[in-house]
Amino acid sequence: MSAVVSDRYGLLARVRCHDLLARVRSRRVGLTLAAPALFVLIFLYAAPLAHLLAGSFRGPAGFTLDAYGRVLADAYGRSLVWNSLRLGLITTGLTLVVGYPAAFGLAMSRGVLRSLFLASLFLPLAASVIAKAFAWTILLRSHGVVNDTLIFLHLTDKPIRMIFTQTSLIVGAANIFLPFMILPIYAVVAQIDPRLTEAAATLGSSPARAFLRVVLPLSTPGVIAGVALVFSLSVSAYVVPNLLMGENYPTLATTIAKAFLLIRDPALGAAAGAILMAIGLAVVVVSNRLSEQGGSTK
Amino acid sequence: MTGALARIVAIAFMAGASLFLLAPLLVIAAASFSPTPVFDLPIGGASLRWYGAVGSLDGFWPALTLSLEIALVSTAISLALGTLTGIAIVRGLIPGASILAAALASPLMMPGLVLGIALLQFFRGFGLTQVFPALLMAHVVVTLPYVARTMIAGLSRFDFTLIDAARTLGCSFPASIFRVMAPALAPAYLTSGLFAFLASMDNYPVSIFLTDARMKTLPIKMLQYIEESPDPSIAALSTLILLATLALLFAADRVVGLHRLAGLSE
Repeated sequence: MSAVVSDRYGLLARVRCHDLLARVRSRRVGLTLAAPALFVLIFLYAAPLAHLLAGSFRGPAGFTLDAYGRVLADAYGRSLVWNSLRLGLITTGLTLVVGYPAAFGLAMSRGVLRSLFLASLFLPLAASVIAKAFAWTILLRSHGVVNDTLIFLHLTDKPIRMIFTQTSLIVGAANIFLPFMILPIYAVVAQIDPRLTEAAATLGSSPARAFLRVVLPLSTPGVIAGVALVFSLSVSAYVVPNLLMGENYPTLATTIAKAFLLIRDPALGAAAGAILMAIGLAVVVVSNRLSEQGGSTK
Repeated sequence: MTGALARIVAIAFMAGASLFLLAPLLVIAAASFSPTPVFDLPIGGASLRWYGAVGSLDGFWPALTLSLEIALVSTAISLALGTLTGIAIVRGLIPGASILAAALASPLMMPGLVLGIALLQFFRGFGLTQVFPALLMAHVVVTLPYVARTMIAGLSRFDFTLIDAARTLGCSFPASIFRVMAPALAPAYLTSGLFAFLASMDNYPVSIFLTDARMKTLPIKMLQYIEESPDPSIAALSTLILLATLALLFAADRVVGLHRLAGLSE
């Protein structure tokens, strides 16, 4: 542009200057708008977490990795980490397998059915996790509804022990976190233009190929959001393992609560907390990186 | 043909998921009518006695009031902060907008217990021992991610030139905000407000570290009731909360449509 039009009056420079001023002004506006939230993020979130992290390295004689050693060196400590990760992985896998097709079902439904489906996703969020976990202990116990149904259907002849087993834990966790998988996937899937699959079909794609090449990539941001959310919620879940498994399934989360509230061992609690925090941070960073990659290839 | 089949399978998955999600709620509702003092499905007869018993649970009213106050105020603060920051992020008014958006959503992925202890130690360091301000600040951190995610999604679909258009047509700036922008963002406000409010009302892991013997929030009281004597009054209380939410959802469906609310939950 500037090569063609001669800038006799320095207009372009003036426009550029004006542009720069506008950008500076808009940044000032932006910072003012974001200031209150930044304050909360820095002083009520980042600083306390950094302080906790620093505390996990503090021993009677200054810097020490002692607390981490206690968590990671012995088999029990490692089982805490593994129990937390396993709960997170299985819950995420299960909710993804059920939630992904369900999100499409939700997007394809109309009218009253859709409202019912949506209500069934929102309503459980209003019921306390505590009450729901307790309801599962009623459903899953030896002479509970699930076992009675299985016996009635002749799928088993005597009650299966489910309560205080990992089955009950996984069922309970999947139940509580399923909406957090379906809703983000639905939000993305509902925006996919149905004409895209029609176009793929017109161009000779089989439905399976159209799904793999068109729908699946477009739904990825929702899957990333849902997986990140459900994994981070379930890996650190406290009420669910506490009520459905008690002492039988110690995790990092239950250890944190025990260390701070019962046995008063803050260094152990801080170390378990720091490990859980590292997992949480990893989820934030990885999911962010993945969704940015998805965004750039679009 | 395959399309129709895929559609039926997908809807069947969602129907199954709905039943699975509603199952514990039905148990809670049924148990609330139990004639016996055990949290169980009612066998042989129903009774409303536990609905009467809710109000006389030890320390119930103060816990409910505290939870409602904290949830309402923290949601209101988060909505204000989330909207302002959301505008700055969506309009590209600040450098590193995408990092800020990720940071705003990240407390959702931080373990609640960790955040709870971190805040407890931090507040103690400043000599803050009062329960109410400590809980309120903590719940702003808990509710802000829900609001930020939804407001950013809602604002990024809002056409800001509409405000300029309204102003060109003679609308004052505040009027253009309230009459053009606010109605367009109503679903985002409803969704984020609902999620934030419910997240605050149900929060156990953060609150447990910030309450004391005298001031407890409802979830903390509920876990205490269940551990001490799991009688159906907890079920009755949960059923009442569910009915209130159901009424709210029905109204929201009528006003903006639940699918528009859910569409913003990315």
